[in-house]
Amino acid sequence: MANMAQAIRMALHYAETHLGVTDIFGEDVGAPLGGVFTCTQGLKTTWNSPLDERGIIGAAMGIAMGGGRPVAEIQFCDYVYNTIDLLKLAGNTCWSSNGDWNLPMVVRTPVGSGIRGSIYHSHSFDATMTHIPGWKVVMPSNPLDAYGLLISACKEQNPVMYLEPKALLRVKGEERIPGEPDDDRTLSKLIDAPLGDRSQWKPQWPEALEAFAVPIGKGKLVREGSQVTVVSYGRTLPLCARAAATLADEGISVEVIDLRSLWPYDWDMMKASIQKTGRVLFVNEDTEVTNFGEHLVRRTVDELFYSLLAPPRLLAGKFVPGIGLADTLEMASVPQQNDVTTALRALAGEQP
Amino acid sequence: MSRPRLIKESSAPLPLDRELLVRIHDLMVKTRVLEERLIQMYKQGHGYFWIGGPGEEAFNVPLGLLMKKGQGPEYDYLHAHYRQSGTLLALGEEPIGALRQMKNTASDPYSGGRNFAGHFSLRKYNVAPVSSPIEVQYSIAPGTAMVQKRVGGDGITIVTGGDAGTAEGDFATCLVWSSRPANPLPVLIIVTNNKWGISTAGEGQHGETRVSERGKAFNIRSKTINGNDPVEAYLELKEAMEYVRTERKPFLLEANVSRLYGHSSASGANYVTEEVDCLKDFEKRLEQDGVLTRQQMDDLRNRYTEDMAAAARIARDEPLPEPESIWKHIFAEDK
Repeated sequence: MANMAQAIRMALHYAETHLGVTDIFGEDVGAPLGGVFTCTQGLKTTWNSPLDERGIIGAAMGIAMGGGRPVAEIQFCDYVYNTIDLLKLAGNTCWSSNGDWNLPMVVRTPVGSGIRGSIYHSHSFDATMTHIPGWKVVMPSNPLDAYGLLISACKEQNPVMYLEPKALLRVKGEERIPGEPDDDRTLSKLIDAPLGDRSQWKPQWPEALEAFAVPIGKGKLVREGSQVTVVSYGRTLPLCARAAATLADEGISVEVIDLRSLWPYDWDMMKASIQKTGRVLFVNEDTEVTNFGEHLVRRTVDELFYSLLAPPRLLAGKFVPGIGLADTLEMASVPQQNDVTTALRALAGEQP
Repeated sequence: MSRPRLIKESSAPLPLDRELLVRIHDLMVKTRVLEERLIQMYKQGHGYFWIGGPGEEAFNVPLGLLMKKGQGPEYDYLHAHYRQSGTLLALGEEPIGALRQMKNTASDPYSGGRNFAGHFSLRKYNVAPVSSPIEVQYSIAPGTAMVQKRVGGDGITIVTGGDAGTAEGDFATCLVWSSRPANPLPVLIIVTNNKWGISTAGEGQHGETRVSERGKAFNIRSKTINGNDPVEAYLELKEAMEYVRTERKPFLLEANVSRLYGHSSASGANYVTEEVDCLKDFEKRLEQDGVLTRQQMDDLRNRYTEDMAAAARIARDEPLPEPESIWKHIFAEDK
């Protein structure tokens, strides 16, 4: 099975050959590196930009205005903050021009902890990004969704922020991407650039790749359960799935929802689940103050209060200025497996 | 390189056809009267904020006349700032659009009552939405130019901003991205230098002798011109645009202009007598050369004043956008 980086690369290959993507660009996105996480190796429309994030977002907007279809990359989301007014402008361009202009553009950026990235390579961007209207925001938790969400993003008429959980970029999927070869070694031989001199290397893309699209705005029911609902996305989603499996052994039935799209999001799926279980935990790793999960808690209280058996809970990153490099500091700053399992167990046991 | 132009000698004949001179004058008057009407509307409470470019007509009108007008990368893109009603009128826009934007009516053709006066947006002529931050257009412009270069043809990207905005990193972005030796871009980078950043004088803002000299470090061909002379502006813009069109390389053009009514309504929007008035100077010249009589020019101004008053009355009576329209056009599929 492909890992997430390979899935992203294959989706981009499909998008530039079938969906009209004209420019895949950013810092070190083109040859020889093909992206610091190898997500853009071997693609035909890649190019290396100056080390200028404002230039990257601005150029993407201009290319979209000019009739191109760009997929821009910001090397780490920690560097996207100095483009915040351009992101706001991209989000409001359709609205402020009363529908005259629209920007079909995708911005990809790796987010979150998990690679021991210290203060400037570990941040989350979900709360900030969902605060900017006019964008669609997605974040996959497995290679198949990474592929399908990127296909959808590249078909969009609007700006899409595609958040890549960097801790999961090397994790292999459990489901096969339609068209990928049967075994991992074959896939790697075909599409992974060799170490050392790559000047003569060309990828051999699997010809059977399909336009498999995960619709933006649709969540995924990862596991059915009856006593507690847990809603997550990105790096923390597999933690929630494992916690649910562990708790099943203890006789606690947890329903797991992978939100996949943060805007628009699948409220119908969450609502049905929360009404069924009466208990909900939202999990992500962005800092906990003014967290996207807080919005979901508020909506749950507003609309589903009388269905609840316990207060809706949020498990998120600590409200500290950064993630320290030492293993102990990172582990203490963002939710880990044990935190999720403990929180779910406590919520399941809470009685009205 | 450009040669010195005879037009700077007041005794030399004006080096443009009479028809073109009359057209430029007509549009300059129309623009000035429009801006004065916008200011009046603001002062009468028919708008919340005025910002515009009276004093820049001599530069903005020729720019609009010289643009290759149309939609898509085969035509010129304009990433404008908010002092360019003259360019829009020269492209063929009717003044009532700007009046409607001032009055925030649902009929405002540029933003549907959502944005300030002077914040034009016109996809049919490749005019990108104008943004209140003074520099972002410099970061966006290389993108349209990249597409144009790839598509071929002679369409160019034009980006304009003020001298104060060159302090922002986006101006450096534009210089860097448009002049990379591996991929030079067809961008006409314009700085209209009115020597002010809101209330701070130029000497408190930036230290270079000429803003255009910043192009030298990037090997960008550049020039500073007198933007208060419409004939010089026309000829220099024409030359710069031809260079960008054919060479597919950037050009940095600095135009020294006046700011006749201050920064915006925030600074009072009253006529500043110490500044050069490009319209008065041009009219003196047209009269001297026998192109138009004083009477003809006065009649024109009176006619536009009446037209503008009538248009303002129409705009004043039009409805505001429906409250529920806030949900429209957040995404493109709402179209």
